[in-house]
Amino acid sequence: MSTEAAVKLTRKDFVSDQDVRWCPGCGDYAILAQVQKIFPELGIPKEKAVFISGIGCSSRFPYYMNTYGFHTIHGRAPAIATGLKVSRPDLHIWLVTGDGDGLSIGGNHLIHALRRNVELKIMLFNNRIYGLTKGQYSPTSELGKVAKSTPMGSADHPLNPIALAMGAEATFIARSIDTEAKHQQETLRRAAAHKGGAFIEILQNCNVYNDGAWEYLKAKDSKADTQLLLEHGKPMVFGKNKDRGIRLNGLTPEVVTIGNGVSTSDLLVHDEHDQTLAYLLGRMTPPNFPTPVGILFSTERPTIESLMNQQIQDAIEKSGPGNIDTLLRRGDVWSVE
Amino acid sequence: MATNPAGGPLEKATQERESVVIRFAGDSGDGMQLTGTRFTSESVLAGNDVGTLPDFPAEIRAPTGTLYGVSAFQINFSNKNVYTPGDDLDALVCMNPAALKTNIADLKQNGILIVDPAEFTSANLRKAEYENNPLEDSSLDKYQVYQVEVTKMTTLALKDTGLPNRSVMRSRNFFALGVVSWLFNRPIEPTLEWIQQRFGKTPVVAEANTLAIKGGYHLGENTDMFASSYEIKPAEIDPGTYRNITGNSATALGFVIAAQKAELPLFLGSYPITPASDVLHELAEYKNYNVYTFQAEDEIAGVGAALGAAFGGALAITTTSGPGMNLKGETMGLAASVELPMVITNIQRAGPSTGMPTKPEQTDLLQAIYGRHGESPLPVIAASTPADCFHAAFEAARIAIRYMTPVILLTDGFLANASEPWLLPSVDDLPGISVDFRTDPQGFFPYLRDEETLARPWVKPGTPGLEHRIGGIEKDYLTGNISYAPANHEQMVRVRHQKVAKITQEIPPTQVKGPEQGKLLVLGWGSTYGAIAAAVEAAQAQGHAVAQAHLRYLNPLPADLGDILSRYEKVLVPEMNMGQLLRLIRADYLVDAVGLNKIQGRPFKVSEVATRIARMLED
Ligand SMILES: Cc1ncc(C[n+]2csc(CCOP(=O)(O)OP(=O)(O)O)c2C)c(N)n1
Ligand code: SF4
Ligand SMILES: [Mg+2]
Repeated sequence: MSTEAAVKLTRKDFVSDQDVRWCPGCGDYAILAQVQKIFPELGIPKEKAVFISGIGCSSRFPYYMNTYGFHTIHGRAPAIATGLKVSRPDLHIWLVTGDGDGLSIGGNHLIHALRRNVELKIMLFNNRIYGLTKGQYSPTSELGKVAKSTPMGSADHPLNPIALAMGAEATFIARSIDTEAKHQQETLRRAAAHKGGAFIEILQNCNVYNDGAWEYLKAKDSKADTQLLLEHGKPMVFGKNKDRGIRLNGLTPEVVTIGNGVSTSDLLVHDEHDQTLAYLLGRMTPPNFPTPVGILFSTERPTIESLMNQQIQDAIEKSGPGNIDTLLRRGDVWSVE
Repeated sequence: MATNPAGGPLEKATQERESVVIRFAGDSGDGMQLTGTRFTSESVLAGNDVGTLPDFPAEIRAPTGTLYGVSAFQINFSNKNVYTPGDDLDALVCMNPAALKTNIADLKQNGILIVDPAEFTSANLRKAEYENNPLEDSSLDKYQVYQVEVTKMTTLALKDTGLPNRSVMRSRNFFALGVVSWLFNRPIEPTLEWIQQRFGKTPVVAEANTLAIKGGYHLGENTDMFASSYEIKPAEIDPGTYRNITGNSATALGFVIAAQKAELPLFLGSYPITPASDVLHELAEYKNYNVYTFQAEDEIAGVGAALGAAFGGALAITTTSGPGMNLKGETMGLAASVELPMVITNIQRAGPSTGMPTKPEQTDLLQAIYGRHGESPLPVIAASTPADCFHAAFEAARIAIRYMTPVILLTDGFLANASEPWLLPSVDDLPGISVDFRTDPQGFFPYLRDEETLARPWVKPGTPGLEHRIGGIEKDYLTGNISYAPANHEQMVRVRHQKVAKITQEIPPTQVKGPEQGKLLVLGWGSTYGAIAAAVEAAQAQGHAVAQAHLRYLNPLPADLGDILSRYEKVLVPEMNMGQLLRLIRADYLVDAVGLNKIQGRPFKVSEVATRIARMLED
C-alpha cells in the first residue's frame, strides 16, 4: 500500500510513444485525455496498471497508455481480464470496450464479469454505432436507425447498458459524457476508488459515422434540461433554472416543476446505495425523462478474485502446501518388488 | 443347489488362465461403474496387469430397464502385459435383460454368462425388446449360462439390516461383485476396506454392502453353482510403486506437476463438457497446489481467462472436447499471435456437433493442426495410453513455456475414462521446467527472440520498466509495435512457423518396436496404441517383419520419421477417423501409406488390426 502511494507520476508518464490513430474530432481523444489526467493521482505504479480491450476504434485505447496493455479480440476482453485479475489480484486492470464489442459480440462476457464482481474498471464507449467497421448500427442504436446495413432503418429495439449492468448486479454503475471533462474525471476517480468491479458508460461521439448522437445531451443551451446530474444525498433537480425535479408517484418516477405546491422536499433524493432507486434511474430515458449522469449505483460485495484466492489460502492452511509425492500417491497405491 | 453339509467351503478345482476379459453390464442405476472399478482394484492387488474401459450412456438417468440406459465396465486382466481393455469377452455379467441384449454379441462362444433371473420379468423383457425370455429358449445355448439369483440372495443376506427394499436393491452390485471375485480368485479384502472408508459415515449402508459382497463370495465358495474357479497368476511387472489411473486423472496430474516443477500457479479456465469435465473436477481438488480452477461462462471465456492468466505469468490451461474446440479457435489464434504459453486440451469425442458425447474418436487431428484462420501454426501433442496422459500433459506444458506458444494436447474419450496401472515416476526423474521471466529493461523488446527456440521474452505485468502492449494486430518483428508493412508480415508468418518447426529439436528418436526394416510398419497416434501394439506383437510372434511406431508429436513431426517410413515396404495407419494422420504422412513424405479406419465411437479391437496386418502381409 504505502509503496504504491509513494509513487509520484505525471500525465506524461502514462502517454505511450505510439501515434494516436483515431479520426480527428473523435470523442475517444477526450476520454484518453481524462484517463491520462487522473491516472497519476491514483497512486498506481505504472507497471501495476494494465489496460485490456477488445476490438473496435475504442479498443485501440491500450496502445496509447504507457502501461501494460493487451488488445485482444472482439468482445472477449472481459474474459481475458478476468483470468488475469483472478491470478494476479495485485494488478489494477482497466478495460476498454465499445457498444458493439461489449454489448453485442461480448455481451455474455460482460454480464458475467459484472455479476462476478471482478475488480475491473470497465469503460464502455457508447457511440451508438460500429465505428471500426465503418458505420453499421449497433445494439444501442435507436430503433429505425438508418445506417449502412439498415438502409430502411434498423428493426431492433436498443439495449440500455445501465439497465443491463443493473440486471447483472454490477457493484458500481455510472454514466458520463466524453465532452464533460470534469465530470468524467470525477466519475473515473470514484470508479478507481471503488472496491470491486466498476461499469462506466461513457457517451462518446463518433463524428464520422454517427455525428451528434448525443448532441441533445451536450448542447450548451439545452443540456441542463436533458441531463439529470446525480449527486449522492441531493434532491434530483434539473433544468436551466433548476426548477424541475423527479418525484415518485407510487412506484413510478415523474418529472415535476417546482412551485405550485411542489417543493424540493417532495423530490427524490439520490442515494447511490439504493438498488431500487438505481433500477428506476437506469430506466429513465428520453424523451420523457432527462438522462441521469453520474454514479447511479454503488455497493460492496466480495470480488471473485478475493474469494478464489481465499479458497487457495484456506486449502493450503488445511492441507499444507502441495507436495508432489503425496499428490502422485493419492488413491490406491501398491508396490511391486 | 447343493451346499457343503459340513458348512465349510467345498473343495473345488481351480483352472489357470493367462488372461480374462470380463464385462459388468446393467442399468445406469445398478452401479456397474463402481463394481468395475472395485474389481479392477482387486485385480491389480492380485498382481495382474489390467486395462479397463467404462462404457456409459450419455443420458444421466435413462428410464430403468431400457436398452439405451445400459451402463457397462470392461476389464482385461492378465499374467502378461495388457495393452487394451480386451476384444471379445470371456465373461459377461448382466444385471437385467437390456444389458444382455446390448452386450451378448461380444461374448465368446462358451463364454461365462452370469444373469439374474429375477430381473427377467415380462415388463423388463418388453423394455429390452425381447419377444421371448432368452433364459427359456435356446438362444443362449452356446454360452455357459449361470443363473445367479442376485436379487433374491441379496434380499436374504440383508434381511436383518432393516433396510427398505429400495435400499437393499442398491447392494445387488456388491453381491454380483462377490460372486465374480470368488470366481476369479480375487481377494475381496481391499473392497471390504474400501466400503468402510467410503460408507463408514452411514454404517447401515456399509454393513449392507459388506453383507452383500460376502454373500456373493460365499455363494461361489459354498455351493455347487460353479464347478471350478479360475486363477490368473500375477504378471511380471517392473518393480516400483503403482497406482491405477484414468487418462483424465493423469492429465490433471501432469499439469499440476508441471506447474510445481515450473514453480508457477496453475490456472485452468474451462466450461463443462463430456468427456473433459473430470479434469476440471479433479483440478478443483488441488487448490493447495496453487491451482486456480475457473468455470467460465463458455469455452471462449475458458480459453480467454487462461490466456489472461498466461499474460499474468501463470501456467495456463484450458480443457474441452470437439465442440468447445471450435469456440476456442479465435482465441488460440490470438495466443499464437501474442506468443504466450498455454495448453489447450481436446479430449476428443465422436462428432460432428453433439455426435456421440461419451464415445471416443480421433477426428480432430487436422483441426488441431490446421483449424484456425490465418497462418497459425501450433504444436500438437497426443497421449497414447491412460497413464501416458500424464507425460503428454507434462510435455505439452514444458514445450509451451520453453517456446512461448500455445500447445494443443489431444487425448480422447477412451483414454479419458479407461484406466491402467501406472508406474509412478520419481519426481526427480521428470525434466525440469525452467521459467525465465524477463525483468531487465536493458535492450528489451517484446518480440526479441531467443536464438535457440525463437521464443519471445515472457514478462509479467508488474515488472517495472518493461511496460508494453501486445495484441492481435500484426506487429513489428522486433519492437512489437503495430506494423502493416508487407515484408514484415511475411517475416512474422515465417518466424512463427520456424519457431514451431524448431520443436523437432526436443523430440527424442522415434521408438520403433520391431525390426528396423521390413515388410510393414504400423504407424499410429493416440489411443490406438494398445490395439496396435498387441496386434504387432502377435504378428512378430509369428515371425513377420512387422514394426510399430507411435507418434507423440504430431506437429511438428519427428525429424527421423521420413527415414523410418522409407525402410518398410508398406505402411499401415490405423485411426479412429477417415484417415487424418494418413493424409499428413502421404502429403509430407510422399509415402503410399494405407489407412485402417474405424469410426464407430469404439476403440479398435486387437483382432481388427491383426486381421488387416495379416492381409497386408499376404498381398
Ligand atoms: C470476430 C470478429 N467479428 C467481427 C469483427 C469486425 N469488427 C471489428 S470492430 C467491430 C464493431 C465495433 O464496434 P464498437 O464496439 O461499437 O466499437 P467502435 O469502433 O464503435 O469504438 C466489428 C464488427 C472482428 N474484428 N472480429
Ligand atoms: S470512426 Fe468514429 S469512433 Fe472510430 S475513430 Fe473515427 S470518429 Fe472515432
Ligand atoms: Mg461503437
